[in-house]
Amino acid sequence: MNPLAELQGIEVFYGASQALFGVDLAVMPGQALALMGRNGVGKTTTIRTLCRLHPPYKGSVRFDGRDITTLPSFKAARLGIGLVPEGRRCFATLSVTENLIAAARPGEWTLARVQAFFPRLAERAGQQASTLSGGEQQMLAIGRALMTNPRLLVLDEATEGLAPVIRKEIWAAIAALKAQGLSILIVDKTLSELKPIADRCVILERGRSVWTGTPGEITPDIEKTWLGL
Amino acid sequence: MRDIHKETVVNLALGLGLLLVPLWALWADQPFTITLATRIAILALAGVGLNLILGFGGMVSFGHAVFFGVGGYVAGILSQHATSGVPVLGLPGSNQMLVIWPVAMLVAGLLAAAIGALSLRTEGIFFIMITLAFAQMVYYFAISWPAYGGEDGLPLVLRNRFPGLNTMRPWHLFVVAWGVLMVVLGLMAALRASRFGAALMAIRQNPERAAAVGINPYGVKLVAFVISGMVTGLAGALMADLSRFASPAMMAWTMSGELIVIIILGGTGRLFGPLAGAAILVGFEVTFGGMTEHWKLWLGLVLLAVVLFARGGLIGALAGRARHG
Repeated sequence: MNPLAELQGIEVFYGASQALFGVDLAVMPGQALALMGRNGVGKTTTIRTLCRLHPPYKGSVRFDGRDITTLPSFKAARLGIGLVPEGRRCFATLSVTENLIAAARPGEWTLARVQAFFPRLAERAGQQASTLSGGEQQMLAIGRALMTNPRLLVLDEATEGLAPVIRKEIWAAIAALKAQGLSILIVDKTLSELKPIADRCVILERGRSVWTGTPGEITPDIEKTWLGL
Repeated sequence: MRDIHKETVVNLALGLGLLLVPLWALWADQPFTITLATRIAILALAGVGLNLILGFGGMVSFGHAVFFGVGGYVAGILSQHATSGVPVLGLPGSNQMLVIWPVAMLVAGLLAAAIGALSLRTEGIFFIMITLAFAQMVYYFAISWPAYGGEDGLPLVLRNRFPGLNTMRPWHLFVVAWGVLMVVLGLMAALRASRFGAALMAIRQNPERAAAVGINPYGVKLVAFVISGMVTGLAGALMADLSRFASPAMMAWTMSGELIVIIILGGTGRLFGPLAGAAILVGFEVTFGGMTEHWKLWLGLVLLAVVLFARGGLIGALAGRARHG
């Protein structure tokens, strides 16, 4: 089976500073890949490179067998890469519905289906996004990505800063999306919550992918060395 | 929801007020007041065009008068050729508004596509300057175009016609201008509520984030720029009929500034903001213009007060904060 999304030998610079020194990862269709590592190792930069929000200096980005290394980010999104950015980042002064319809692309995920998946978004339809709670904003960010009818959902720290009960709700939603066959690339620090969802894990260290395996293969030694747990 | 409701009430009051004042003037035999109301409606229409990109899209075009002027020249040129019977570009002229308006919108739209395609590759101060530069180029072209009056402009012998109405009568022309304004405002409300409108406002907030959800910032902004130019061009065609004159002054940079002032006074990004702003501008011109030739100094003070203390403009002061500020 060919990977749905693949990064090969990615090197990225921010000005004169090199952030990624050779990242490789592959997300298989219908599977969930967890991208792990301590703060500042390049997880968000890796995701931004995949979503074509940052150009790589070296390496290639492929999606569904197609080289998208130089594709504009909106075209990458239209191919089926749905990003849920770190810190939610909804369009603050737009209403919940406007946030959703702005991203709408033809496909199975319609406004009604997203609202049925997250009933809270239907209840808050006319409310300004900036006035939502953190959990509701996260639902909106995921809902907005679903409205693009993605084949790969990319979640960057989807549960960061949320109350435990809300985190549980978001993880349940992610599990439900995976069960529906959606491929997922997820960045998170909570190993216990990632384990039930992730099929494979990639660990980054100082801008390099240093370990790949299944969640069950993560030993206490790996946790201590690369995850700081 | 309370603020949205309040804004709807304010909008209705403004729209009806603009209709009722000239209606009273008709009854009181005050044709000048009707002409003023027509001028407000036309300037508001031009402002509605600019408000689409400035208010909803955050693009400060300082050359939008070029579309206003082009619309005016299309009305003047077609009318002149209809009178003389000489074809223009192999086609007959026309003195029918229903023919002139689509042509004015088409020409303004094509010009907007050309200007937008280049200027939208820039942002901020560069966008402001490049739109101004394009407008000045067309302005100087109009000045040096003797076939259509050059610096002296192009007079319209008679107003262009609208089926069933006598546009030489101030009330009839007002009805045409008010009707066009209300139809365009309705279309603009629908556009704002559409996916396109949401995408435009999303780009205004963060183009990169918008692109990450599949929105093409350049494409959406270009389409908005073209629609905006077409609406302002339509307003220009109406203004040429009102003043029976199309001149290079219609596309001068001062006119572009006036359109921006109209939007700021009324409320940036508010649907009926341009109507409120045009009413304030014309009201000032009439009230203080008779007292002193320096009336714009007082308007400047009001503009300063709005920018410093009431950024939502008149609509904001009456209806509260906008959701899309």
